[in-house]
Amino acid sequence: MWDFVKLVVLGAVVVLAAIAANYARDVAYLVHALIFMAAAGAVFLYTLRNVGKVKVADTGYMDGVIRYGVIATAAWGLVGFFMGVWIASELAFPGLNFQFLEGYGNFGRLRPLHTSAVIFAFGGNALIATSFYVVQRTSAARLWGGNLAWFVFWGYQLVIALAATGYVLGATQSKEYAEFEWVADWSLTVVWVAYLMVFMGTLYKRKEKHIYVANWFYLSFIVTIAMLHIVNNLSIPVSLFGSKSVQVFSGVQDAMVQWWYGHNAVGFFLTAGFLGMMYYFVPKQAERPVFSYKLSIIHFWALIFLYIWAGPHHLHYTALPDWAGTLGMAFSIMLWMPSWGGMINGLMTLSGAWDKLRTDPIIRMMVVSVAFYGMSTFEGPMMSIRAVNSLSHYTDWTIGHVHSGALGWNGMITFGALYFLVPKLWHRERLYSLPMVSWHFWLATIGIVLYASSMWVSGIMEGLMWREVDAQGFLVNSFADTVAAKWPMNVVRATGGAMYLTGAIIMCYNLWMTVKRSPAKAEATAAAPAE
Amino acid sequence: MEKYSLMREFADSWFLLAMFSFFVAVVIWVFRPGGKPLQKEAAGIPFKHENEPAVDDTDVVTARDNIKETRQ
Repeated sequence: MWDFVKLVVLGAVVVLAAIAANYARDVAYLVHALIFMAAAGAVFLYTLRNVGKVKVADTGYMDGVIRYGVIATAAWGLVGFFMGVWIASELAFPGLNFQFLEGYGNFGRLRPLHTSAVIFAFGGNALIATSFYVVQRTSAARLWGGNLAWFVFWGYQLVIALAATGYVLGATQSKEYAEFEWVADWSLTVVWVAYLMVFMGTLYKRKEKHIYVANWFYLSFIVTIAMLHIVNNLSIPVSLFGSKSVQVFSGVQDAMVQWWYGHNAVGFFLTAGFLGMMYYFVPKQAERPVFSYKLSIIHFWALIFLYIWAGPHHLHYTALPDWAGTLGMAFSIMLWMPSWGGMINGLMTLSGAWDKLRTDPIIRMMVVSVAFYGMSTFEGPMMSIRAVNSLSHYTDWTIGHVHSGALGWNGMITFGALYFLVPKLWHRERLYSLPMVSWHFWLATIGIVLYASSMWVSGIMEGLMWREVDAQGFLVNSFADTVAAKWPMNVVRATGGAMYLTGAIIMCYNLWMTVKRSPAKAEATAAAPAE
Repeated sequence: MEKYSLMREFADSWFLLAMFSFFVAVVIWVFRPGGKPLQKEAAGIPFKHENEPAVDDTDVVTARDNIKETRQ
């Protein structure tokens, strides 16, 4: 019966999407309607072919969806890193802005493609996959909701496809890190509610007394992102058949909501969620429990209470009232404490096992990741101070800061988690090659160092050049002067990015060969049913 | 009073106090005497059910007993 209901609904979606495609007012909307039609059609056929099949009640952990998530993470990582290297090269060598790409593949269209690909496609898939893995293992229970987890996975890929095609075709609401328009926004909301249900349902039926601290971080990430996403995307579509929508907020309110969203996307997507990873995978790889469970609880609550107020530091020297900027700045500085508490907790988990740093390149990766977490959470509060911000804002320094956090902290902890997960999920004895992990580690680390240091130099130089005045009080440098002056730094930055990308390619090859070539694990778990 | 000022007043005073008290209470609660064994137990969760979910509740209870035994 349930199958027939599904078929009716899916069939209706196909027809409605076809009608919407017919009435589409712009190309982006047309493509989105066709993507919906194709996706619903594919699920319709899949459901139709499986009608009436007797389903065996599943036991054991639900790992199939996590395997797909790992593959998606690695693949989107490559796409996102490549886009980054590409647009960084365009900044160094403007000739790469090819004429034939104008209007679709120029810098302005590709930049949100890069940021969304690395944050939401690479980072988001990593968070969904690892959260499904961690919540099952630490709750000793199978994922709740049966195929709902598959809906979350495929629905999330659908949203990524909508966002990516939208950027290239010009559907954007021009809010940083929330560029995608209302069709993708509404789709993401549905997927996210399903994600919350799967996660909460699994926690609810857990067989452990405690909710392990990693799950607290994951849960806060899911709940807060839902809230941020909905409030920041309160907009009215101009037409049901067009991609354009109009924001409900305007002026400085809109700016404040945007950066309340923007900074908490950093705080809860890129920090809380990834801290969930840290609190599970670092202890697992180090084979010892977290340094201080007390500290982890305080870390959690302090982070939650402080982060949400830090957003206004993005709007110093704007129409935003000074008191709001000062509030954001004060809370950003207070964030030093929980951030460093968390970093110490992660690093000290290795106390008594520091020798592993010599022998295990994966734990080395995780330690560097936590170190970069500490570094960028020191740099961030410093840059939020109004006086520092007057120098750093709108310069490359900000971009360097973002990348030391994203490449260093988010990227490296994700790589560590992937190296941990692939042998486990595919029941392999070990990774295909540890030397390759070392190569990846050094390429990535040196790449980040090149990237961050060139951006510091370039950013501070830009800031100083922009404020330089002569004896009569006239500005000394034009904008084009700074562009010319930072050419060498732009080349170094593109080189650093290329090294990071090379490391990721080596990782993908290594993981692929682990699945294909590494010996299977010789124990009872090998008999676990494939999903 | 208009709604904005009212909410602003409330946010600046009672709600701020409530959140801050909650946080202080959490910190005190974390350091309560007797919390240590529970925290140790929670910290060990990642090392328990690596490959298979717990079959039923008795399974977890025995696991918990095992921890207690090893501690003694």
